[in-house]
Amino acid sequence: MEIELTPQQVQEQDIFRAFVSEEIAPYADQYDQDECTPDEVIKKLAEIGYLGAIIPKEHGGQGMDAITFGLLCEEIGRGSASLLSLLTVHGMVCQAILKWGSASQKASWLPKLATGEAIGAFGLTEPNIGSDAKNVESTALYSNNSYVLTGEKKWISFGQLANLFLIIAQCDGKPSAFLVERNTPGFSTAPITGLLGFRSAMLAKVHLNKCQVPEENLVGKVGFGFSHVAGAALDHGRYCVGWGCLGLAQACLNACLSYTSERKQFGSFLKGHQLIQQMIAEMITNIKAARLLCYHAGYLKDKGDPSLIMETSIAKYFASRMVSKVADDAVQIHGANGCSSDYPVQRYLRDAKIMEIIEGSTQMQQIIIAKSGYHSFALEKRKARQKEKT
Amino acid sequence: MTTDEILEKTKSFLAQFINVNVADDEELFASGLVNSLFAMQLVLFIEKEFSIKVENEDLDYDNFRTLNAIVGFIEKKI
Repeated sequence: MEIELTPQQVQEQDIFRAFVSEEIAPYADQYDQDECTPDEVIKKLAEIGYLGAIIPKEHGGQGMDAITFGLLCEEIGRGSASLLSLLTVHGMVCQAILKWGSASQKASWLPKLATGEAIGAFGLTEPNIGSDAKNVESTALYSNNSYVLTGEKKWISFGQLANLFLIIAQCDGKPSAFLVERNTPGFSTAPITGLLGFRSAMLAKVHLNKCQVPEENLVGKVGFGFSHVAGAALDHGRYCVGWGCLGLAQACLNACLSYTSERKQFGSFLKGHQLIQQMIAEMITNIKAARLLCYHAGYLKDKGDPSLIMETSIAKYFASRMVSKVADDAVQIHGANGCSSDYPVQRYLRDAKIMEIIEGSTQMQQIIIAKSGYHSFALEKRKARQKEKT
Repeated sequence: MTTDEILEKTKSFLAQFINVNVADDEELFASGLVNSLFAMQLVLFIEKEFSIKVENEDLDYDNFRTLNAIVGFIEKKI
């Protein structure tokens, strides 16, 4: 067993780190205050190829392996959790089309998504539907070789600027997935502002007022929109968020290592105080533990192993809980300074909380992980009984 | 690969997710035996174990609704 990045992955990591340190991290607080990610930033992401990270080269993307993509998410998460959410939702649309799109959908959309000509957003959550996602209330009616979509979506990351939406709606009572372009008549968005975190993720409400889309815009088949299309997208989303939490936690740790080395209380630097050391040690250890879970999920993803779904859920669960605690301690270490906009740790704390809610809340992950544990236990017992009989 | 071998491999995969013995023709999805993650886990299992690709056009519940259906689908694709 080896847990080590390849020389190529180390090289890519250095490039991601330099890009984020120069182009994203210095401006993230300002974007947070403005509640906006400027177009130039997204253009830079597109130009360097990061919007096409998971899209295969034959469709114009980078064709990154899962670990390299995870390293990218980690670095972007270190600079800005809001910007990570662009990589997340855009990637979720890419993933859904890659796995379940028709040949013409792949040919038409993947090259545009790879270059940023199209920006994707994921439309599952609604005003009345969060975790109970397969019971969305939006509807799609089949009529004259097209589907007519009606309903409302809420908390849609980058919904203010995306131009291609993957919308989950009920067609004859069966969850189904559709590609809806912003310029579709009857389609409109309204910004959501004043959020706790992810303030520059440009969230929006999406209103679908009898939006007519050609039947070719159905992704997968009717009835497979939640289990398979959203299922593939959400797995990708959890993977991005897990890695992004690592980056955000690393940003917290870096801020604390720097602050405690410079600030003196009671005649000595904070880093000399044992209660500070305790918090730093907890941060370092928990970040390392989360990183191993993310590496494991990435390893399984590259192998296409079915257990990657559960292991990604576990990685996301642990990493998002971990970053909430790390960010909380980071503010505590910074004291009053940590509560002010002069230091980024207040943004880190606000963003960390969102990590526990998006792409499956902590509680939904707990239910899934616990059930899986009981299944495995029962299976082991059954195997042992069979062994005794033979 | 014989039908029996496919059946055995698929049965042992299902056993990881379902605690009760499943009859070969028992409905998997409609009976609520599996959770929402199972659908993609099943797709990944079929693709990895039998080196086939589950495509857009394969999305038909008749391919996945029972153990027999899954085995029949795999045989068709191999």
